[in-house]
Amino acid sequence: MAAATGVKGEDRERAIAGWLFMSPTLLIFGVFIIIPILFALYFSLTDWNGISPPGEANFIGLKNFQELLIGGGIRQADFFKALKNTTYFALGVVPAQTALSLLLAVIVNQAWLRFKGFFRTTYYFPSITSSIAISLMFLFFYQKSGLINQVLGSLTFGRWEPIAWMADPRGLFHIILEALGVTIQNAPDFVKTEVLGLTIWDWISGPSIALMAIMIMNTWTTIGTMMVIFLAALQNVPGFVYEAAQIDGANAWTQFRRITLPLLRPTLFFVVTLGLIGTYQVFDQIYVMSGGGPAKTTLTVAYLVYRSGFTNSDMGMAAAIAILLFIIIFTLTMIQRRITGSEADA
Amino acid sequence: MTTVATNTSTAATVEREGRGAGHYIKLVLSYGVLFLLAAAFIYPFLLAIGTSFKTLPEINQTPVSIIPREFTLEGYQRLFSFNVGRWTINSAIVAVLITLGNVFFASLAGYALARIPFPGSRVAFLAILGTMMIPGIVLIIPMFIILKTLGMINSYTGLIIPKIITAFGIFLMKQFFESVPRELEEAARIDGATQFQTFFRVVLPTARPALVALIIFSFQGAWNDFMHPLIVVTTNKDLYTLPLGLALLRGGMGQNLQWNSLMAGSMLTTVPMAIIFFIFQRYFIEGISYSGIKG
Repeated sequence: MAAATGVKGEDRERAIAGWLFMSPTLLIFGVFIIIPILFALYFSLTDWNGISPPGEANFIGLKNFQELLIGGGIRQADFFKALKNTTYFALGVVPAQTALSLLLAVIVNQAWLRFKGFFRTTYYFPSITSSIAISLMFLFFYQKSGLINQVLGSLTFGRWEPIAWMADPRGLFHIILEALGVTIQNAPDFVKTEVLGLTIWDWISGPSIALMAIMIMNTWTTIGTMMVIFLAALQNVPGFVYEAAQIDGANAWTQFRRITLPLLRPTLFFVVTLGLIGTYQVFDQIYVMSGGGPAKTTLTVAYLVYRSGFTNSDMGMAAAIAILLFIIIFTLTMIQRRITGSEADA
Repeated sequence: MTTVATNTSTAATVEREGRGAGHYIKLVLSYGVLFLLAAAFIYPFLLAIGTSFKTLPEINQTPVSIIPREFTLEGYQRLFSFNVGRWTINSAIVAVLITLGNVFFASLAGYALARIPFPGSRVAFLAILGTMMIPGIVLIIPMFIILKTLGMINSYTGLIIPKIITAFGIFLMKQFFESVPRELEEAARIDGATQFQTFFRVVLPTARPALVALIIFSFQGAWNDFMHPLIVVTTNKDLYTLPLGLALLRGGMGQNLQWNSLMAGSMLTTVPMAIIFFIFQRYFIEGISYSGIKG
């Protein structure tokens, strides 16, 4: 390579320059990411409360993890409740935002479409807006007398019964089961069995109305970003591919399924990954809109990390939950990588 | 862009050769969906702006209207009595300094990783890549621990320093510098310039588009950030940034939410970003398509 000039001085200059250029990064990353992670690993094995000097924390081994995973107490119940809520959140939001943003991208990418710039800007706008501002706006819209109930009212010609979205802990699947005549009273006994701190009946609740409200808002906020990512990929599909397909008599649906979708596979993988990582971290919205309520149905794992550490002064426990969350996100990403495409190297 | 042009002519030909009715249905459906959704994206913001100028009794009247019957600045006045001016200044200071830091340090690191084959560069690169895999929420506890150890809780340095370099910025710049033709540097090197001179005088000036994207994303990230200020600022109210102040203001109101002030605060947080967005729109879209990652 260039080093073939063979001057030893030049090699040394390179090494010095390289490390010098990198030094601010290494310093900041070392001090504020690498070392803290090692600290956190250690503190997850202690009972530190986050207030007293860290040196006074007692080493308690794996007790925090044991309490969270198999303890049988409120901590285990809360952790798995949070994990359940977060999983429902992800299962609702990721497919919705991926499908909607792909649909929008395909429509906006149509060659004959006008006002492209307008649509793109409009859909993308919420992505640059502060999550706190958006959460406050939707908190306002989700009131009993708010915009959402009014819109639903006029769409159903007044038949919609206004609900206090953010105060409603009823689970979606419980509501559906009840409509089918199944309640906790007449359900078979096995649903009262406890699995990992929650009854089976609790596990199958589905997202609560309050959680769904936040899910809808979250989808609304992220569609734009995902659409822009899809659009960029769509614009790389050469026009002649579609031209050829049209000559062969392929209709729009066939073209989408046989050309667009396969070519978008890496992007699809990327968008789903981003979605999973994002939804498993949902925090700001919960903080502002619900604080985990009602009846802990919007308690997410990320919020539980914060609540344990800063509200309940149990920093050791918070560190343990954070580590578990990291393992969960990492595992999900790996599984998803396996499923959506081994060759899709995004 | 050429692709789009090709597409246009093809579609036009097909259209002229007639698939008449089908085509019109597609047209109406597409525009219908797009405009309806556009309304669903714009209306909430308009309603929030309208509400910020309404009196408290008018706010919950039905049916909702974006135009206040009685125009008032009450919401804004109350908001400013909560020291929101200070929060805005804090947000601006923090966002500007973080942006400057990112531009400077990420360019340096990005360039080194892209163009200087120094020993250990691969390890450094993988280490940075690794930190990107760690979700931000997972880092709040470690971050709190180190900031407390260093005595940086409740300080501007705590708000700014940990965020002054991001892996995202380094990647953006690395990717850009890899696309700069090598001849440019080689010429400078032959003329006897050092690595530093080559970087600052020759390479950096070509990086304008990437730098603009980096500036925008860094500013956006820092301006909207909530979690980091929440961890750093525990007691000192003079250090609140806009999102933090707003969230805590809402918490402090309990059940008696004064919506005009809350909407006013939301708009105050949104408008500066909106202005930047409309000026630099092109770079936002380009930046996100190119990196695929939200600042």
